Order: sequence, then C-alpha cells, then structure tokens
Amino acid sequence: MSPEARQAPRRSARAILYDPRLRAIAYQFIVVVLVGWAAWHVIHNVQANLEAQRIATGFGFLNQTAGFAVNQSLIPYQESDTYGRVFVVGLLNTLLVAVIGIVLSTILGFIIGVARLSSNYVVARLAEGYVEIVRNLPLLFQILFWYLAVLGALPGVRNSVAIGVQPSLAWLADKVALFGGGALTLAEYIRSASAWFGPPDFFVNNRGLIVPEPVFHEGGMIVLAVLAFGIVAAIVMRGWARRRLDATGRAFPVGLASVALVIGLPLLALAAMGFPVGFTRPELRGFNFVGGVRLNPELVALVVALTTYTASFIAEVVRAGILAVSRGQSEAAAALGLKRGVALRLIVIPQALRVIVPPLTNQYLNLTKNSTLGAAIGYPDLFSVFAGSALNITGQAIEIIAITMAVYLFISLVTSMLMTWYNARIMLRER
Amino acid sequence: MTAAPQRIFVRKMMEAPRPRPLGTGRVALLAHRLFGTPLNGLLTILGVAVLVLLVWPTFRFLFVDAVWDGASRVDCLPETVKRPVGACWPFIQARFGQFIYGFYPQPQRWRVDIVFAAGALLLLPLLIPRFPFKIFNAFLFFIAYPAAAYVLLVGGRFGLEYVETRAWGGLLITMVISYTGIIASLPLGMLLALGRRSNMPIVRTLSIAFIEFWRGVPLITVLFFATYMLPLFLPPGWNVDALLRVLIGVTLFSAAYLAEVIRGGLQAIPRGQFEGAAALGLGYWKTMGLIVLPQALKHVIPGLVNSFIALFKDTSLVLTVSIFDLLGQVRSSFADPNWATPSTLFTGFAFAGIIYFAVSFLMSRYALAMERRLNTDVR
Repeated sequence: MSPEARQAPRRSARAILYDPRLRAIAYQFIVVVLVGWAAWHVIHNVQANLEAQRIATGFGFLNQTAGFAVNQSLIPYQESDTYGRVFVVGLLNTLLVAVIGIVLSTILGFIIGVARLSSNYVVARLAEGYVEIVRNLPLLFQILFWYLAVLGALPGVRNSVAIGVQPSLAWLADKVALFGGGALTLAEYIRSASAWFGPPDFFVNNRGLIVPEPVFHEGGMIVLAVLAFGIVAAIVMRGWARRRLDATGRAFPVGLASVALVIGLPLLALAAMGFPVGFTRPELRGFNFVGGVRLNPELVALVVALTTYTASFIAEVVRAGILAVSRGQSEAAAALGLKRGVALRLIVIPQALRVIVPPLTNQYLNLTKNSTLGAAIGYPDLFSVFAGSALNITGQAIEIIAITMAVYLFISLVTSMLMTWYNARIMLRER
Repeated sequence: MTAAPQRIFVRKMMEAPRPRPLGTGRVALLAHRLFGTPLNGLLTILGVAVLVLLVWPTFRFLFVDAVWDGASRVDCLPETVKRPVGACWPFIQARFGQFIYGFYPQPQRWRVDIVFAAGALLLLPLLIPRFPFKIFNAFLFFIAYPAAAYVLLVGGRFGLEYVETRAWGGLLITMVISYTGIIASLPLGMLLALGRRSNMPIVRTLSIAFIEFWRGVPLITVLFFATYMLPLFLPPGWNVDALLRVLIGVTLFSAAYLAEVIRGGLQAIPRGQFEGAAALGLGYWKTMGLIVLPQALKHVIPGLVNSFIALFKDTSLVLTVSIFDLLGQVRSSFADPNWATPSTLFTGFAFAGIIYFAVSFLMSRYALAMERRLNTDVR
C-alpha cells in the first residue's frame, strides 16, 4: 500500500489531520518546542542563580592555584599547582586504578569462570559461592569493608605482616603444630622447607602495601630490547609453525618455544649484562621500610574491592561464553582426534571469545566508572579531587561536574565505538 | 569450495585408546571427578582447605564466639568475656533503631513499620505468577501504595506529625530510594525505549542522546549533579528537598538503563504483531499499550529484576551526598566510642551484609526462576 494510493485528489481537512507524515512533523515540532523551552528556562535560571549567589563562571579557575594537597600523584604535584594540574593528577590516578583493576579482574574472572564449569564438584561449588556472595553485595559495602575492617585492622609498621611463600609456610607449620603428636614432626618438615625460600618481598600494614621497586641500571634498555625482540620472534615463529602444520602435519612445540623466546631470552640477556634490572627488596629497619614502594591503603582497598567485584561479573560472562559454544563443537573436535587442550584452544575459545568480548568490555567500562567510589574512602581519583575538593573550594558546580561527566562520557563513548567496530569485524561470516 | 585454503595433511595413524574407566556408579564417578588426575586431586584438597579456612571462622565469629547480650562495649571485650570474642550483637541491638529508621522520631516509627509491612503484603502476591487479581494488585502497588506511603512517611496531614526527610535514614532510605527509583523510572524507561525505536528522527535522536548520556556517566556523578547542579537549574527561591533531588537523579539514571532492557524486549517482538495491530486499525499508542509492550515487558522481566538488583545495591552510594542509608548508618555508627571494640566493625558489616545479600540474592533467584518459566512458555 503506497502513500500515493491513499491520497485522494482533493484532501479534506480530516485527511490532513490523520496524515501520519504530517502528524510526525507536528509531534516533533512540539517536542522541539518543549525541549527548547525547558533549555531556555534552565539557562535563564542558571544565570539568575549564579548572579544571586555570586559564583564565578567560566573555566578560568583551571589556571588558578588549587592550594590543597593530594596524597597520591603519579606526576610531581604541590599545593601551589593549578586546578588544571589537579585534573591531570586525578585523571592519572583514575587510569591507574582502572588499568590495575582491569588486568587483575580479567585474570581472576577467567579463572573463576572456568572453575565454575569444572567437573570437579568442590572447585565448581566454591567458584559459584564466590560469585553469588560477591555479586550480591554492594560495591561500596565491599570497598568500605576492605578499607575499614580489613586494612584498618592491620598492625602498624613495626609489626607489618609479611606476604610470601616463607611466611605462609611458617604460618601453616604453626597451625599444623597445634594438632600435637605426629603433626609436630610434619610441622618441623614444613618449617625447614620454608627456610629454602628467601625473605618475603611483600609487606602489608595499616599504612598500605609495600612492594619491591624495579630499578634500572646501565644496560637495562638492552634487556628490554631483547624482550621486545623475543616477543616479535615468538609471533613470527607461530606463523611459521602454523604454515608447516598445514603443509606437513608435523606439529611444532609452539608453547614451549614461545616461553623460551619471551622469557628465556631476556633472562639470558639479564645474566649476560650482569643483572642491570632488579628489584629493591623492602626491609624493615627501625620504624620504617627501606627500599620498595609503598602503595596507599586507599589504593589497595579500592583495587582489591574493584577486582574481586568485577571478577565475579567477568566470571559469569566467561561462563556464559563457554556455554554458548554448542557441545557439538567440542564433540566434533574430539571425533577429529584433537586433544582436549588443542580443541579448547582451536575450537572452543575462538568461538567463545566472540560471545565474551562485548560484555567483557562493558565490565571494563563499569570498573572504570565504579572507580569513582574511591571518593568514599579518600582515594584521590578524578572524581574525588575534582568534583570533591575542587568543587568544595571554588563552588563552580556547573563547570566542574560538567567536566567530570564529560571525561567519563568520553571514555564510555569511545569504548562503545570501538566495540561496534570490533563486533562488525568478528561477526560470524556465514555462507 | 575454491576459496578454502589447501590442507594437504591427512592423519593416517590411529589415536591410542583411552584408559578403561575406573568403575561405574556414583562413588566411582565422584572419585574420578575429584581425584581423577593429580591436578584435580590437588584442586580438591585446596578447595576443601579454603572452604574450611573461610567457613569455619565465619561460623565461629557469627555464632560460637559471639556475644549475645550486654549493655556496652565492656561486655564485648575479650578481657571481660575471658575468651576470643566474635560478633558483638548487643551493638546491633543498641543501634537497631538507627540502622532501620535513621533518626525518624521514636514514637512515630509505627508509620514506617506499616509502610514496610504494606509493601511486603502487596509485593508478595505480585511476584507469585499464579496469584489472581494481577491488574488490581499492580494498581495498588504502583499507584495507590506510593501515595499512601508518602502521606504516612512525610505526615503533616490527617493528624500525622510532620517528619522532615533529613531525619529519615537507614533501611528506610534504602527502601524509599530503591522503590521510588523503580516505579518512577519504569514508565520513563518505557517512553525512552519507544522513543529510541520511533520513526521520528528528532524524537529518536533525543532519546538516544538521553540514554547514552546517563549510561555513560557513573552514578556518583549523577548524585553530585542532582545535589549541586540541579538547584541551579530551578528558578531562584525554589528549594527542593535533598532526598527528592537524589530521587530525581536516581530515576533519570535508572530510566536510561531500563530503557535499554525494554528495547531488547521490543526487538524480540515479531513484525507480525505490529502488522496485525495495524490491520485491526489500532493506532500507535493502542498498538504499543495493548499488543507490543505487554509482550515485550513479559520477555524482559528477568532483565528488569536484574536492573532492580543493581539499583538496590547502588542506593548505598547516597552516603557520598550525606544521605545516610543502611550502609551510611552502619558506617557512622563505627565512630561511636561507646561501642569501640575490636569486633565492632566486623559485626556492623556482617549485619548490613546479611541484609543486602538476602534481598539481592532472593531477587536474583526470582529472576532466574522467571527466566526458566518464560523460556518454557516460548518453546
């Protein structure tokens, strides 16, 4: 039924009133008028309010001195720096948490997601319990819990808790020894085993987490160059191995060779150059630690909470992705004689990734947006230093909240554009 | 088939036969699954160890070592009790009123109780699919109940004493924000979803812009927007209640998410339904209201419930704008020196955690059950 067919040569007023196209134009006109009217009112009110409250306008404040301290900064910052610099400091802190959180939650999420599908009853139930508990508690609850209850309950610097193989084994030995009798001998064995490991590298106390600090001496760049070379060589080698497999059917131990190239080669270079890259071991001397870097408790609590929370969602994404690959695929792979690992790598994972990646990106985005909750424990992220401290001092709510929202909006929109592009690329090309 | 890459290799030797299964029956299967390979055995042992190390201390903390009655912090100190002390439940007892009602005046708290009870009584039959009078029930729950609850909670009418929202707090605030967020954002979300699928370019663009904007920013910036920026948008002299501002922010935010969920349901409706409605001579609103939306909403009930869970958990964020919900009250109670004991923090978190977990978990189980039910309908 074409529109022409419905149009009578002479249109009555009634026909015009019921013409869907004219109606659409009229409706949209009304919408535009309403939105414009509301916008005009808002702008008018904002001007009146700002004048009445004597709030400065414009973005000139970005060049003014901020005058407050920020307790964590990746770039040099002091109180006499400008609000513009505060913005950069906050943005970098947000990105720091986001990057660490994304890496760690991906690892944890994949492990738990795969564990949920394990045929091992204990492992599967444990993973399920983790997901159910962590997913059903508010994130802010978890951040406060880690910050106030867990990190806050840790001892002071002098009684720092060491994290590592040796302290864990010593703790285990103590627990075993509690049983008495024959267990005492076992505890002795564990203690002597713990002596094989070096002193611990990680310490945690109520001031934060102390980790080894990487140090570069002369020749460090060469080792990095060798590492880059190893990665490139591994990629080239994979391509060659695949071509040879296609042509002759002879498999090449790609995994082992990759490890040798990516890890072994740089290690050799490291030894050859006399270990120019190293870590300074944190050591407790008197009232403080010598060597190592201290991570603020706010950062640690935020990263732990964001990681564990997001990991529980990623685990569900991964599980759904693996389940989305029909059983027939792995059965067909088995029928072709592929081993389980090979079938997983060549058949299941490529298909599962197609399902996993879009919601996974969504989770990364959520993690980045959720990092704003660090404001509740005083982590100096973009939101906290800018929409918190800077807003309090300048009172320029409109500019500051608009900038803050724009940054997150920008990150979201760019990610979703990338996602659309990726989806179009990996879409199943069916015949 | 010409485009396919050339694969010359064909396997000629046979794969070695797999080892014979250890046995049949449940025990053998369990043994195989738990200890079939050395790695599996190790994982089982590790898993059991983690379970024992986590569950037993938690159980001890909550029940065995817990102190059940007392009057002050002294009763919860290990020195007084002369044994390791777990949860300090008297702390929760002493603060219970504050955790549930905030600073709602003591003699008026029956009003909150009635609102809670009425809400539960109306919600329960709504959730059970087999229960009749759904339309009437929904009318009560979504339209009559909020009006009655508003009058009852705020007061100032019918001889009820006026209680300003600043005195509200605790679980009351958590529930008020989640409930209002849900019922106010649902119609808005429906409109936005329809707008996004509309044929009118301006309406569609505005809907997309609105949805993408609110979905792109973190909730906490929305709360700050509502608290600090919204008052500037209103004519000078207009004073909007702090709680109402937050409610507006939460509603806009959650409407954008609901719109996307509902859009998923709209997309699942086959074209034939629209064409059938058009053939019957139904206009746009009748088509949507009578034919499309009822089916679409039914499809997306699990998604809607999941959004509500997210909203319920997110209400805790209001503590950043000085509105103290359950989590906010628990947190502020930690500052009380009268109850400062080593286990106070863990006790408070345990109490709030159990409430949050119970509500979210029940809702998610409900969503799962609905999903299964709806799936069988489709088949």
